[in-house]
Amino acid sequence: MVENIDLSLVDWSRGQFALTAIYHWIFVPLTLGLSFILAIMETIYVRTGREEWKRITKFWMTLFGVNFAIGVATGIILEFEFGTNWSNYSWFVGDIFGAPLAIEGIMAFFLESTFIAVMFFGWNKVGKKFHLTSTWLVAIGANLSALWILVANAWMQYPVGTQFNPDLARNEMMNFWDVFLSPVAVNKFIHTITSGFVLGSLFVVGVSSWFLLKKRESGMAKKSILVASIFGLVSGLMLVYSGDGSARLIARIQPVKFASLEGLYKGREGAGLLAFGILIPAKETSGRKIHEVKLKLEIPNLLSYMATGSWKAYVPGIHDLIDGNAERGIMPAQEKMKRGLVARETLAAMKESRDKGDTAAYQALKAKFYDKDFMENYFSYFGYSFLNEPGSLVPNVPLTFYSFHLMVGLGFYFLLLFFVFIVLVWFNKLDNKRILLWLAVFTIPLAYVASEAGWIVAELGRQPWVVQDLLPTVAAVSHINASSVQVTFLLFAFIFTGLLIAEIGIMIKQIKIGPKEGGK
Amino acid sequence: MFETLSHAALQEYWWAIMSLLGGFLVFLLFVQGGQTLLYTLGKTETERTLLVNSLGRKWEFTFTTLVTFGGAFFASFPLFYSTSFGGAYWVWIIILFCFVIQAVAYEYRSKPNNVFGSGTYENFLFINGALGTFLLGVAVATFFTGSKFSVDFSNITHASDTAISRWETGTHGLEALLNLQNLALGLAVFFLARVLAILYFMNNVEEENIGKRARKHLILNAVPFVLFFLFFVIRLLLIKGFAVDPVSGEVSLEPYKYLHNLIQVPVLAVLFLGGTALVLFGIIRPVLKTTTAGIWFAGTGTVLVVFSLFALAGYNHTAYYPSTFDLQSSLTIHNSSSSKYTLTAMSYVSLLVPVVFAYIFIAWRSINNKKIDTGEVKNESHVY
Repeated sequence: MVENIDLSLVDWSRGQFALTAIYHWIFVPLTLGLSFILAIMETIYVRTGREEWKRITKFWMTLFGVNFAIGVATGIILEFEFGTNWSNYSWFVGDIFGAPLAIEGIMAFFLESTFIAVMFFGWNKVGKKFHLTSTWLVAIGANLSALWILVANAWMQYPVGTQFNPDLARNEMMNFWDVFLSPVAVNKFIHTITSGFVLGSLFVVGVSSWFLLKKRESGMAKKSILVASIFGLVSGLMLVYSGDGSARLIARIQPVKFASLEGLYKGREGAGLLAFGILIPAKETSGRKIHEVKLKLEIPNLLSYMATGSWKAYVPGIHDLIDGNAERGIMPAQEKMKRGLVARETLAAMKESRDKGDTAAYQALKAKFYDKDFMENYFSYFGYSFLNEPGSLVPNVPLTFYSFHLMVGLGFYFLLLFFVFIVLVWFNKLDNKRILLWLAVFTIPLAYVASEAGWIVAELGRQPWVVQDLLPTVAAVSHINASSVQVTFLLFAFIFTGLLIAEIGIMIKQIKIGPKEGGK
Repeated sequence: MFETLSHAALQEYWWAIMSLLGGFLVFLLFVQGGQTLLYTLGKTETERTLLVNSLGRKWEFTFTTLVTFGGAFFASFPLFYSTSFGGAYWVWIIILFCFVIQAVAYEYRSKPNNVFGSGTYENFLFINGALGTFLLGVAVATFFTGSKFSVDFSNITHASDTAISRWETGTHGLEALLNLQNLALGLAVFFLARVLAILYFMNNVEEENIGKRARKHLILNAVPFVLFFLFFVIRLLLIKGFAVDPVSGEVSLEPYKYLHNLIQVPVLAVLFLGGTALVLFGIIRPVLKTTTAGIWFAGTGTVLVVFSLFALAGYNHTAYYPSTFDLQSSLTIHNSSSSKYTLTAMSYVSLLVPVVFAYIFIAWRSINNKKIDTGEVKNESHVY
């Protein structure tokens, strides 16, 4: 455990990072999705030579530019906050985590920022094919940057390809490909970018629906809806597929998060998935807050299937994972805390023997960190040694639960919406469907809700860990005053909110202006 | 290929890359310098729009270089990342804040319904240009003057307060502003950015009045740049530096350490003096005769000078991020780097850098083959 740590510092640091990440993620998914939609539209322009497609492309490109700038603004803070607010983390895993960030800069950001200039300013200066290539490279660059930050994030959720260096008290990369191709990284990348594609598609469908409601730009709107709905439907199917894969991985590597998604306190065989339910605070047991699910509508056995691929399989609940379940071979958290402490005390003893010049003791203790049994049975619980009590292993269950169900429910609704729009626009029956068109307009904010909810599931659901099982937030934080972080939290909250208001104002105005004549 | 290199050689290779990135970053600060000159060089709205659009096609390169500089530092020397960013908290946060407000300013400045008015976004550009350049200079100066921090890896085993890197002053980086040498480099970078911006405008903007004013303000900014830079350099050559014993790794103060580095590594002296000469030539040439090429000389010179300053701080058994609180906590390129494996993997990634340079060159040439003028801005569909 860690004594005397200022918990308000940890909370404010988490708050500041969450604030930045949430704001950043308002803008990034639209960049990811809209960039590809632009590239598809411009491809149609180049292939058909029809000027109206150029005009359509340029309209969406203007909105892309407004959104892109603020995504960049919030992104730079995130990168540096790993250092400013999570100093211990930066050293403890910097050997692994820093590399994807650097590759992101070299491989993705330069690609994006170089060709975005050609995309915006090159219409009259470069050939059609060069311009089209630039637009595609912007889309690829934007999505490559997502790849590398998600590789880094995936490693935090599932630390693989690493070895602890006891002399330097840090984890070191042993295999780049294990980190890059970890199943969590692959799945997370597909799930995240396709969620961006779906959001971008919903944005285009919603804005185009507004034009149809206002009886303006009907041709542009229908063409945009067709492109975006098809792109959105295909992306949405991949989103569901990767979501299923993600659930299976979470069940295996982050079982507490998985149980929290469903508010499952007691494990059971053939567990059902809740299609609907309301969490009500219930009588506390073992000093922990718990919740009961009321008004539940359950799909039998589906949770077991999601977790393991078997309809009857056992899914552990939060109580099992914290208190242990000998029958199911689940170790109690208290035992993990003891083992983590053994690892941390071994590290302290090694340092002491080195300082005293006791080479034999130092070498013997150091050797433990290269011993497979010790690493598997003790060091793999290193992070538990910083926890004060087992209950701190449980994330905020209601927030995780509702975020998960909101995300999944909205995801299926989006798929249905895309399908309906494809059919109606294909048969040219969309113009008079005013309710449906308004529904599409009001679905735009829902797309953002679903997208942010996904990150709340991923990040809040894994609390208290910064790096799963190895480093909790309480041991990762920088050595600064909570008051400093409070001030910067407020500073960023103020500026991000101001910029968001400006962005929305400009976006709405640009949409009202609509595409300019002649494609200018 | 890189597997055959020793860990020490990889550390030196990565310090060279960081030095080069630092050099390019300072060169690209001409965007920031230009942002502080909008009202000095542009007297009408049309002129200012021309200047903003000239800079607006380049700002993302500076921004991306800064982000890459941060990412590469994290990947190659993570102990610097955790110690400096987590410690000198306020300096870095203010720098970041300056860049946040810049990122939206170009795109939002001239857009209708931008809520805060174009003046606000121009103020954002000015703040970024003035404070951003100055504080970056101050932060880099601490590579020579030191900061008060301690590093102890065993802290993570403690029962209370597990922070490995600790800043030992409550002002968290703002104390750097009390050191004259830090201030001098901050001001030198600020004026250098303005000088480079003026040379860039001469090369990129086709407008007579702006050209005349640029020529006049070139001298006005070059003089303070030279004075502050000279103060910084002369003092640098005279102060005690932070020497590292190559065998024990012990850090000690050595009189004239940076002068010794220049003498003992002659190639650094050549790069430093050659770079300085190029910067001065790039400034003086446009004053004496009509030319637009000053930016290329001064820009190349800037990259060389900054590269050699970083090299002076890190090579020849020198602690590049010294601690004046506990000398032995000072960071060297050997005690603060990533593992051999990570540096090797990253070195392969560094091979992409020439590819990046190549496509930047192709893309820039394709859209910058002639100077920007008012006619182009009027006919452009995407205007800042």
